Amino acid sequence: MTLAAHNISLHLSGFDLLRNVSMQVQPGAVTAIVGPNGAGKSSLLRVLTGEMAPTAGEVIFNQRPLSDWPVQLKAQMLAVLPQHSLLNFPFTANEVVGLGRIPHQTGTNRDAEIIADALKLVDAQYLQRRFYTQMSGGEKQRVQLARVLAQIWLPCEHGEQFLVLDEPTSAFDLAHQQLTLDIVRQLASRGVGVVMVVHDLNLAARCADNLVVFNGGEVAAQGSPEQVLTEQLIDQVFGVKVTIARHPATNKPLVIS
Amino acid sequence: MPTTKESWRAKEWTSSLRRIRSPWLLAILALLLPAVALFSMTVGTVSISFVDAWHAMAVSLSADSQAVTSQTQVILFDIRLPRVLLAMFVGSVLASTGAVMQGLFRNPLADPSLIGVSGGASVGASLVIVFATGLFGSSVVESGVLMGLSLVAAGAFLGGFVATILVYRLATSGIGTSVTTMLLAGIAIGALAGALNSLLSYFADNDMLRQISLWQMGNLSAASWSKVFIMALVSLILLLRFPADSAALNALLLGESEARHLGIDVQQVKRRLIVLTALGVGVSVALAGMVGFVGLVIPHVVRLLIGPDHRWLIPCSALAGAILLVIADSLARVVVLPAELPTGILTALLGAPFFIVLLLQQRREV
Repeated sequence: MTLAAHNISLHLSGFDLLRNVSMQVQPGAVTAIVGPNGAGKSSLLRVLTGEMAPTAGEVIFNQRPLSDWPVQLKAQMLAVLPQHSLLNFPFTANEVVGLGRIPHQTGTNRDAEIIADALKLVDAQYLQRRFYTQMSGGEKQRVQLARVLAQIWLPCEHGEQFLVLDEPTSAFDLAHQQLTLDIVRQLASRGVGVVMVVHDLNLAARCADNLVVFNGGEVAAQGSPEQVLTEQLIDQVFGVKVTIARHPATNKPLVIS
Repeated sequence: MPTTKESWRAKEWTSSLRRIRSPWLLAILALLLPAVALFSMTVGTVSISFVDAWHAMAVSLSADSQAVTSQTQVILFDIRLPRVLLAMFVGSVLASTGAVMQGLFRNPLADPSLIGVSGGASVGASLVIVFATGLFGSSVVESGVLMGLSLVAAGAFLGGFVATILVYRLATSGIGTSVTTMLLAGIAIGALAGALNSLLSYFADNDMLRQISLWQMGNLSAASWSKVFIMALVSLILLLRFPADSAALNALLLGESEARHLGIDVQQVKRRLIVLTALGVGVSVALAGMVGFVGLVIPHVVRLLIGPDHRWLIPCSALAGAILLVIADSLARVVVLPAELPTGILTALLGAPFFIVLLLQQRREV
C-alpha cells in the first residue's frame, strides 16, 4: 500500500521534464524531494497526484493505477497542498478549512470539530472568523495547511492516506517552520505517507526518512538523509561546495555552506 | 506601537462581523419578495390601491367569479401579474447565473454575458428585425409565431446559443476548458457581436433602428402568460440544479487543480454550469431583452453581506435579483407617466451608482 512512481517519463511541448523516475512514498514515513530550480520536482508532484498523466510509466496508488480511482475516493485518501493559492474571495478561515471536508460525509457537527481542531493544530485558531483575503502570507499558508489536514483528518477505510506538500514552509517564520515539521512527523506516526518538496536541505535532513534528490528531470540519489547528503553529491547537483557536519543535538547531517 | 496594532485588530474584527448570517438574509429576502411583488401590482398608469387589489384577488379566487371581470381585474391579471412574475423570474435567473459565473471564473466582476450569450442574442435579434422585417413585413415579426413568442425572441435565443458554443469551443482543448481563454474568447466574440450589431444598425431603416435599440434596452412590458410559464420553467430548472454544484463552486474558488484534489469532476461541473447559464440567460434575453447589471451587481452585493459560500449565495442572489427587477420595473412604469421607460435603463440607473459606491468603499478598506 504505497504511492509509487514506476519508470515515469513526462514529455511536454518538446521538453523532457521527467526521465525514467522511480520512487516510492511509504505510509508512515516522510519523503522529502530536493533539487535545484527546474529539476522536475513540481512536475513529479503533478504526476504523483494525477494532475498530469505521465508520457510513459505508471503511478500506483494503494495497489491500483492512480487514474483508476474514482475522484471522490481518491480525495478521501490523497490531500495536496499547492505552493500558491489563487483564492481571492473573502472566505473566513473556518470556511476555507471546511472545504477540506467536501470529499467526506461526516455531517456538519463533526466537520465543525475537525475544522476547529485543524486550525488549532496549525496555530491559527485566532483566525477562525477572519477573512482569508485580509491575512498575511504566512497566515494564509497555515490556513491552507489546516485545510489539507482536515481532508485526511480521519483514517479512510479504502486505503492508506497520503499528504503531498509543495514547499509548505516557504512563507513561515522559524517557529511555524518547526511547527509544520512537528505536524508532518505526527502525521507519519499516525500512518500517513507524507511527500514534500523543500528547498532547505537541513530542514529536509531533519525531518525526512527518505530523501530524493532531483537533477535535470532524473533522480540523482535517494535514500536516508545520512546516505544521500554528501559533499560530493551537493557539488554535483547544486554546484556548491559545502561541508557536511553532524547536528550536535539530533545527530542528523548538517549542511554548512 | 501596540495601540495601533490593537486598533488594527479591532477594525478587522468589526469588518468580519459586518456579515449578516446567511439564513437570516435568505428569510428576509423571502419575506420581502412577495411584499414587493404585491406593491408592484398596485403601481402603474392606473393606480390601484392595496385594498382594491386584495379585493379583486379575493373575488377572482372565490368560486362564483365568472361573471365579474372588472377593469381592475383585467389590469391586474392580464397585464400586471404576468409582468411582475416575468420580472421575478428573469431577475432570479440573471442574478443566480451571475453568482455562478463569478464563481466559475473566480472573478467577482464576471457577468453572465461573459460567455458570449448576450452579445450573440443581440445579433440574433437584430438579424431577425432587419432581415425578417424586410422579407415579411413588421406584422409577422411582431406577432406571435411560436407558443406566443415572437420571431425576434427566437432569433435572440438562437444567437445566444451559437455564441456560447463558439466561446466554449474556442476555450476547450484536449486538456479541458481553460477559464482564462474563455474569458478572452468571450471578449472577442462580444466585440465581434458588437461590430455585427453596428453593421446591422447601419443598414436598418428608422423603424428597425428604433426596434433594435428598444430591444437592447430590455423591456418587460410585453409580458404574457406564455412567457411567464417558459421563464418560470427555466428558473425552476436552474434553481433546482444549482444547489448540487454549490460545494463544487466553493472548491473551485481555490483553483481548478485544488478542486480536483477535493474530488470534484471539474470539467463536468464547468460544462454543466455553462450550459445552464446559457439556457437561463438565453431565454431571459429572448423574452425580456438585455437587462443589464442585475447579474453583476446582485451577487456582488450579496457576497459582501454573507460571504462567498455558494450554498447561500445562489439562493439569496436569486431572491435579491427578483426583488431588484420587480422594483426597477415598477419604477419604469411610473417615472415618466403616462409613458414607460424600458426596464433595462432603470436597472442600470439603479445599479451603476450602487456599484460605484461599493467600489469606493472597498478601495477605502484596502
